[in-house]
Amino acid sequence: MRTEALLAAVLLAVAACAPQRLPAAEAEGAAKFGADWKSWRADTSVSDLASVQRGARNFVSYCLGCHSLKYERWSRLGADLKIPRQLLEHDLLPPGAKSTGYILTSMPAADAEAWFGKAPPDLSLMVRARGTDYIYQFLTTFYVDPKSQTGANNLRLPATSMPAVLSELEGLKGAVLRTETVIVEGKPKSEQVFDHFETLAPGRMSLAEYDGFVRDTVNFLDYVSEPTQIERRQLGVWVVLFLLVFSWLAWLVKREYWKDVH
Amino acid sequence: MTVKTATGAAAPMPKAGAAGRQGFWAWLNKRLPIDQFMASQVTEYYAPKNFNVWYYFGSLALVVLVLQLVSGIYLAMFYKPGETTAFDSVQFIMREIDWGWFLRYLHSSGASFFFIMVYLHMFRAFLYGSYKPPRELLWLIGMLVYLALMAEAFMGYVLPWGNMSFWGAQVIINLFGTIPGIGPDLVLWIRGDYGIADATLNRFFSLHVAAVPLALLGLVALHLVALHEVGSNNPDGVEIKEKVAANGRPLDGIPFHPYYTVKDLVGVGVFLVLLAITVFFVPTVGGLFIEAPNWEPANPMSTPEHIAPVWYFTPYYAILRAVPDQRMGALLMLIAVMAFLFVPWLDRSPVKSMRYRGWMSRSALAIFAVSFIALGYLGLQPAEGLYVILARIFSALYFAFFFLMPLYSSLDPVKPVPERVVYHAH
Amino acid sequence: MADHAGVAGGDEVDLSRRKFLTRATVATGAVGTVFAAIPFIESWSPSESARAAGVPTELDISKLEAGQMTITVWRRSPIYVVRRTPEMVARLAGHDGELKDPGSDHSDQPAYAKNPLRSRSAEFLVLVGTCTHLGCLPKQHFAAGELYPSWPGGFFCPCHGSRFDLAGRVFDGSPASINLRVPPYSYPKEHLLLIGADEKGAA
Repeated sequence: MRTEALLAAVLLAVAACAPQRLPAAEAEGAAKFGADWKSWRADTSVSDLASVQRGARNFVSYCLGCHSLKYERWSRLGADLKIPRQLLEHDLLPPGAKSTGYILTSMPAADAEAWFGKAPPDLSLMVRARGTDYIYQFLTTFYVDPKSQTGANNLRLPATSMPAVLSELEGLKGAVLRTETVIVEGKPKSEQVFDHFETLAPGRMSLAEYDGFVRDTVNFLDYVSEPTQIERRQLGVWVVLFLLVFSWLAWLVKREYWKDVH
Repeated sequence: MTVKTATGAAAPMPKAGAAGRQGFWAWLNKRLPIDQFMASQVTEYYAPKNFNVWYYFGSLALVVLVLQLVSGIYLAMFYKPGETTAFDSVQFIMREIDWGWFLRYLHSSGASFFFIMVYLHMFRAFLYGSYKPPRELLWLIGMLVYLALMAEAFMGYVLPWGNMSFWGAQVIINLFGTIPGIGPDLVLWIRGDYGIADATLNRFFSLHVAAVPLALLGLVALHLVALHEVGSNNPDGVEIKEKVAANGRPLDGIPFHPYYTVKDLVGVGVFLVLLAITVFFVPTVGGLFIEAPNWEPANPMSTPEHIAPVWYFTPYYAILRAVPDQRMGALLMLIAVMAFLFVPWLDRSPVKSMRYRGWMSRSALAIFAVSFIALGYLGLQPAEGLYVILARIFSALYFAFFFLMPLYSSLDPVKPVPERVVYHAH
Repeated sequence: MADHAGVAGGDEVDLSRRKFLTRATVATGAVGTVFAAIPFIESWSPSESARAAGVPTELDISKLEAGQMTITVWRRSPIYVVRRTPEMVARLAGHDGELKDPGSDHSDQPAYAKNPLRSRSAEFLVLVGTCTHLGCLPKQHFAAGELYPSWPGGFFCPCHGSRFDLAGRVFDGSPASINLRVPPYSYPKEHLLLIGADEKGAA
C-alpha cells in the first residue's frame, strides 16, 4: 500500500512538474512566461463596442452558468451594445428568460455553495470593486495544482474556489517554482516561490487568441459595472465646455464692474 | 408719483424705505422688510475691497450646501434605507432611474468638494487672523458648522451600505466605547443593536436627511448673521469700519452687490467646471471619493484589506492610529478636532494677518498645513513601518501648532500694520 | 453706484457694454439652469423597472370558458377579459336609447373598438376594469334581469352606482359619463391575447 501511494505521488509530481513544452508555446517566446504577471494590464476600453459585444457573448457562453449579473437587464444589454432584439433573444437569452428580466444564472445558490464551498459571486460590480487589471490577471494566471480541490490554483487569488473553467480554451499550464531564502524572525527560511508558467497542454485557442478572449470579457464586465459611463463621458465634454464659456463671460462682467474700484 | 385707489382718491404714500416702489412691491414691503433687508445685507453692505482668492471659499461652500440639499432630496426619493434594500437601491438609482447616476455622483462629489471648500475657508482664517476679536464667535459658530458637517458626511457614507460603509461605521462607533464608564453602553445605544445593523442604518438615514441638514442650515444662517454683525476681515487684517467717509461708509469698503456678487459668480463658474470634470470624468477619483470596497455589499464576515475613512477624515484617523493605545488615540483625536475651538484665545499676536506677522507664525502655519496634508496621506495607508513613525512625527507637529501658539505668537517679531488696506486695481 | 467711497464714478463707465455683458451672462446662466433642471425633472419618469413591468401582458384565452370573465393586469390597471356567448352579444342590441355614448364618440378606445361591440371580435371583450367615474372596480353581473327586470347584463360599480352593458357602454343615470376604456390589444397567435400592443406597436 505504501509503495503504491509513493508511486502515485511520484507520478503526480512528475506530471505536475515535468516540462512538456510544445513547439507552439516555445515559438510564442514563453521562456519565462508569467514571471512578470503582476505587471500585466488589461488595457481595455469600454468604447470599443465590438470588443464589449464579444465579451457579452463570451460571458453568456462561459460564465453565466455560475455567475449572475443581477443588476443588468437583458434589454439594457441589447440596447447599450446595439444588439438587435432578434439576435439577443436567439443567441444570448437563455431559454425561458424574459428580455426585460435581469441576467441571472441558472445555478441554484444553495447548490453552488455546497459544490464550491462559496457561492460564485455576482459579477455586476466586480470591475468597480477590483479593477480590470485584477480580473485580467485572475483569468490568465490559473495553473494546474493537484493539491487543490478543483485541481487548479490561481496566482491573483490563491486557493480560489473557482475551477479553471477556461482551460478548454487556454490550455493547461503548470507553475514552476524556485527556492528562495527569506528571513523570518531573524532566521533564514527556505520558501517555494512562483517563478514562471510552463505550458502542459494546448487549448483550443492560441495564447494570443485567449488573451483577446479575456480582454473582451473584462471589457464587457467593465461595461456592466457602470453601463452609463460612455454616455457620462460624452455628455461631460459639452457640460465642461459650456461651463468654461459661462465662466469666461462671468469674468468679463466682473472685470467690467471692477473698473469702478480704485 | 401718486398711486390712486379704486375710488380715485390718492393712496397713502409708501414708507420712506420703500421710496419709489409702487403697487405690488410697495404692498409687499409694508408687510415684509424686503427692501430694507436687501439694502442692509447686500446692496449697502460694505465688504473690504482687497479680498483675494482665499475669499471665494465661503460662498462656494454655500453653493455646495445648496447642491447637496437638492441632490440629496432627489436621491431620497429613490433610495431605500434598510440593510436588505439599501445597496440594491443605490444600484437601482445608478442604472434604472433616468439620470440617477448623475444625481448620485453630484452628491458623492459634492460631499468631498464641501470639505475642500471648508478646509480652504478655514485656512484663510489662519492666514489673516479672521478668528481674532471681534470675530471669535463667528469662528466658534463656523467650527460648529464643521462638526455638523463631519457628522453629516460620516452618516451619509454609511447609507449606501457597502462594505466600507459598514466597517467604517464599525470602527468609528467603537471609538465611543473608549469613554470611561459609559463607553460600551453608549456604543450599544448609538447602534441600536449588538453590531452595526439595520437599526443603525435607519436612524442614520433620518439624521442625515432631516435632523443634521436642519442644524446645518440654522448654523450657516447664524454664521452669516454673526459675520454681518462684525463685518468681514481682509488680507491686511485692517478693520475697514475704523476709517469711514463723511456719509458713514467705510473708505476701504465696497458694496457687496454688485462687486462681490459679480466676483463670486466667476468663482462659482470655475468651481462648477471642476465639479463637472469630477462628476463626468473621474467620479470616484481613483477610490478617493468613493472607495473600492464600497462596490461590494456590507459583509460583517469579511473585513476590507485596509479600512480607511474617506480622505477628509484621514488626518484625524492618522492621529488616532499613531497612538498604540485605543483610548489614548481616541482622546488625542478628539483633542485634535477640539483644538480649533481655542485658537482665538491661543493666538496672542497683536497682528491679525500673516502678511505682517514674523517668521515664527509663518513657519508654524506652514508646518501645520504640511502636517495636516501629510497626516491625511498617512491616514490612507496601512499603519505599518515607516508610515507609523511619520504619523507620530506629524501628529506631534500638529499639536505643537496649537499648544505652542501662545508662545510663538507673542514672541513673533511683527511688522507694522498699514492704516489702510493694500489694494491694486484689477 | 458712484456715490460711495472706495468706488469712483469710473473714468468711462461704458454702461451699454456693462448691460450687454450682464445680459449675456444672465442669459447663458439661464440656459444652463434650464439644462441643469432636466436631469431632476426626468428622474421622475417611470424607472427601467416600471417600464419593464409595463410591457404588454400575454394571456392564454383558450382556457377561458364561454360566459366567463378573467381579470389580469397591465400597467398596474385591472384588465377585464370576457368571453361573450352569442346570447350575450344579442343582448347588446335594443337599449341604445338608454346609453350616454352609444357610438363611443366621447369614450376612450382604439379605432378597432369604436363599434357597438367595443371589440375586435364579437366573442372577446377586453376592457380596463376601472370605473370611468372615480376609479373603482366595477363588478360583473352578466345575467339578464339580475339587477332589475330590464337589466341586459353587464357591470355595476358598487362605489357610486354606475352601470355598464356587456360592451362596457355606460347607462344613463350613472355618475360615470363615458364608456369603460378599451386598452390597445391584439391576437398575435390563435388563443393568445396580447394586452398593450397592437398594429401600432407596444403602447
